[in-house]
Amino acid sequence: MLRRLDKKQPLNFKFSAKNLAWAKKQILNYPKGRKQSAVIPLLFRVQEQEGWVSKPAIEVVAKMLDMAPVRVFEVASFYFMFHLSPVGSVAHIQVCGTTPCMLRGSDGLIRQCKAKISKKPMEIAHDGKISWEEVECLGACSNAPLVQIGSDYYEDLDEESFTKIVTDLISGRKSVPGSQTKRFSSEPIENLTTLGTKAEEARNASVELFINSSIKEKGPKTKRSLVSKKDAPNA
Amino acid sequence: MTDNLRKVVIDNVEIDVDPAFTIMQACEKMSKEIPRFCYHERLSIAGNCRMCLVEVVGGPPKPMASCALQIKDLRPGPNGEPPIIKTNSPMVKKAREGVMEFLLINHPLDCPICDQGGECDLQDQALSYGVDFSRYREPKRAALDVNLGPLVETNMTRCISCTRCVRFITEVAGVPEMGQIGRGESSEITSYLGQTLTSELQGNIIDLCPVGALTSKPYAFSARPWELIKTNTIDVMDALGSNIRVDSKGKRIMRIIPRNHDGINEEWLSDKSRFMWDGLSRQRLDKPYIRNISGRLEETTWDLAFNAISDKCLPAAKILAISGDLVSAETLYAAKKLVNSLKGRTECRIGDSYLPPRDRAAYVGTAHIGGIDVAEQIFLIGTNPRLEAPVLNARIRRAWLRGAEIKLVGEPVSLTYEYQYLGPKLKDLDKLSSNFLKANQLKNSLIILGQGALLGQDGPDILHAVKDFKEKTNSELLTLHVAASKVGAMDLNFVCDMGYHSSIKWSDVVLNLGVDDYEIPKGPFVIYQGSHGDRGAERADIILPGCAFTEESGTFVNTEGRPQMAFKACETVGDARENWAILRALSDRLNVPFSFNSFEELRTQLFHDKPQLGAMDEVPTNSWKPSEKFSKKCLEKNLNTVFKDHYLTNAIARSSVLLAELSKNNNKVNSKKGLKVT
Repeated sequence: MLRRLDKKQPLNFKFSAKNLAWAKKQILNYPKGRKQSAVIPLLFRVQEQEGWVSKPAIEVVAKMLDMAPVRVFEVASFYFMFHLSPVGSVAHIQVCGTTPCMLRGSDGLIRQCKAKISKKPMEIAHDGKISWEEVECLGACSNAPLVQIGSDYYEDLDEESFTKIVTDLISGRKSVPGSQTKRFSSEPIENLTTLGTKAEEARNASVELFINSSIKEKGPKTKRSLVSKKDAPNA
Repeated sequence: MTDNLRKVVIDNVEIDVDPAFTIMQACEKMSKEIPRFCYHERLSIAGNCRMCLVEVVGGPPKPMASCALQIKDLRPGPNGEPPIIKTNSPMVKKAREGVMEFLLINHPLDCPICDQGGECDLQDQALSYGVDFSRYREPKRAALDVNLGPLVETNMTRCISCTRCVRFITEVAGVPEMGQIGRGESSEITSYLGQTLTSELQGNIIDLCPVGALTSKPYAFSARPWELIKTNTIDVMDALGSNIRVDSKGKRIMRIIPRNHDGINEEWLSDKSRFMWDGLSRQRLDKPYIRNISGRLEETTWDLAFNAISDKCLPAAKILAISGDLVSAETLYAAKKLVNSLKGRTECRIGDSYLPPRDRAAYVGTAHIGGIDVAEQIFLIGTNPRLEAPVLNARIRRAWLRGAEIKLVGEPVSLTYEYQYLGPKLKDLDKLSSNFLKANQLKNSLIILGQGALLGQDGPDILHAVKDFKEKTNSELLTLHVAASKVGAMDLNFVCDMGYHSSIKWSDVVLNLGVDDYEIPKGPFVIYQGSHGDRGAERADIILPGCAFTEESGTFVNTEGRPQMAFKACETVGDARENWAILRALSDRLNVPFSFNSFEELRTQLFHDKPQLGAMDEVPTNSWKPSEKFSKKCLEKNLNTVFKDHYLTNAIARSSVLLAELSKNNNKVNSKKGLKVT
């Protein structure tokens, strides 16, 4: 499927001061005359800031890297991870639909997306808060089926747990990521076989990171708020 | 390199090749045909069409893309035997069939309505390397067409994604406005967000496209290649003398495409030269005209026109012959002979631009166009090569990509490469430190001097200042002309020492050979001999209709001093006659008959008088005349460029509807963009 830039484009794009400083530092990672190597990190930062990659953003990145805009657009259109049209402001749910996830019930998740969010992928629903799409393998097949929301994976889902995540998101809360069946990572569901001892930590590092950053972010300004600890499946 | 050759065995024949060669180059050296789509020897290697697969014995057990694999990367056999390459083994045959089948999966079967039909690489190679059936039953992919402007028609469903066009526009034309977006089956070649192309070399992507995805809009559905009469000739839209092939059908020219000449245009052609042919059939002078008593031009016969001329000229009139931009050396030779025997004057330096007679090293220069390829330092003085000679500009761009430094003095113009802008005046050359000049002495350095620099009364001084700079920096000089006839005219010494302005005041009768860009002041009786009813014809008292450059044979000397022959490609219009024949008839009427009676005799005499014009396709070395003293005042002058509108520089171009549209679009884009200097 060839993706084109959204018909409705913002007038301009500007990196926030923090992101601009970050981007300039990224450019320095590459040798002189090889600035354009920073195109993917910069585009990703654009997407983190705006939720999607717009035409003015492409042109800003092109200018920063001394590239022709069409070269940046080629990159942005090549990788499906770059959204060329706006996504939900609170969350964009990327449901893995590749074989292992499909065998473990990703069809059900997609059914729920259609019922709870929007009939078609990439349609923004619930006051612009949420959108969804089906993506190719997210690379965590041992925890299938799973979805990616922002930079977090929600694993070991079933229709019920996924619906809860979605309803929480609709009401503006973000669930704790990671395995939704209280697995630490991808160990066997029943008895451990190879590594005999359970991990000492309660949660794995990426879930920890989510909780820590959510606490930092917490405040009246942020849209996100953490689901209370007792609700969280892993806590 | 020669002492470092590597042995390889290609199809059981052992040869020695440069290890830097690709397998494809090595195979070509042995005249083995390797099919290809994406590979083009003047573009970077992409390796994405996979048509050039060959078998490398002992390598990975799969066919390899020969365009992207170098000989030095091949492994020798177990006992040090030379690597073995097979170009027609069963594996290669099967691989090519497979690639071809994949390419044809999404290619529409619309050859009967495709303009590429008959000269299509895909057609030819499907015939030679493909299979005769298709196993594909699923729906084919379709793609949206993009609007690339008035020149290039797109049928993107036919595209096989070879990316030649993207690479050409990016690498050679230097305006990266095309790209391949998306991925896999759904990827498409497009311009950035559907913008039209702005390059003045964009027509070349039509030739480059191996299929019918990019075709010529003006030529669309007008002819099939096998019904065209092909004439190899020379282009006159700029002074480069690009080699072209004029394809005609009956009396009409259907299209113009470039021919390869490594020393001049390689295999590119500027859009102005490629698409001006509709101008050859519009606004043509097809009958002699004479200005009647009421001051209007009315049709007449050759006889009456000649009578009127002899009435004016015979009582010892002061005749001045002036040469336009598109006149062949033979015509000029005949005109000069005629005017000289009537004690008249000749002049080719119309307007103000100064060129020194008899100093060939100054009006032509000392460098070849090919000298750009080896230059490490290029000075552009008073020129905008992008508009004055787009194909030459592509060569300068290549030099810049290779690492040559470009410095510009004159108008800050928008080029397709970065340059250091020294300033608008020759004085700004003093900004260069003495250390730089010293270092430059040892470098391969080239000065490209534009006609814009020589405009005005300071022309001679500026020329000597540039010559002085050339000596100081030990550079070569290339004088970039904008008129195809100029060097030929200078070689024939079609000048007078008094210059144009005083001569035109002196003259009673002006024989105007196609000068349209400069108005002739009131006073003299003007005979206009030319092909197009342009500005020059409006001022004329008598119009003698002549052939355009595609309708008669002629010699043109290009900007580096290389004589080349243009040939007749089609019949002329109406009562128009070959230019030399008009002058021959006129010489009879004026009682100074020429000694030649045919074009061949004229040419023999011309080549006898000026042997250098007869040395076809050779660039003679010009001996350098040292610079003379010049007034320092000229250093303070702001240098200009000659062209304001690249697409409308001569009568043929101005008659072309298509070029008018290009000019309009271009002005729109330029007014939006403004100039960019780096």
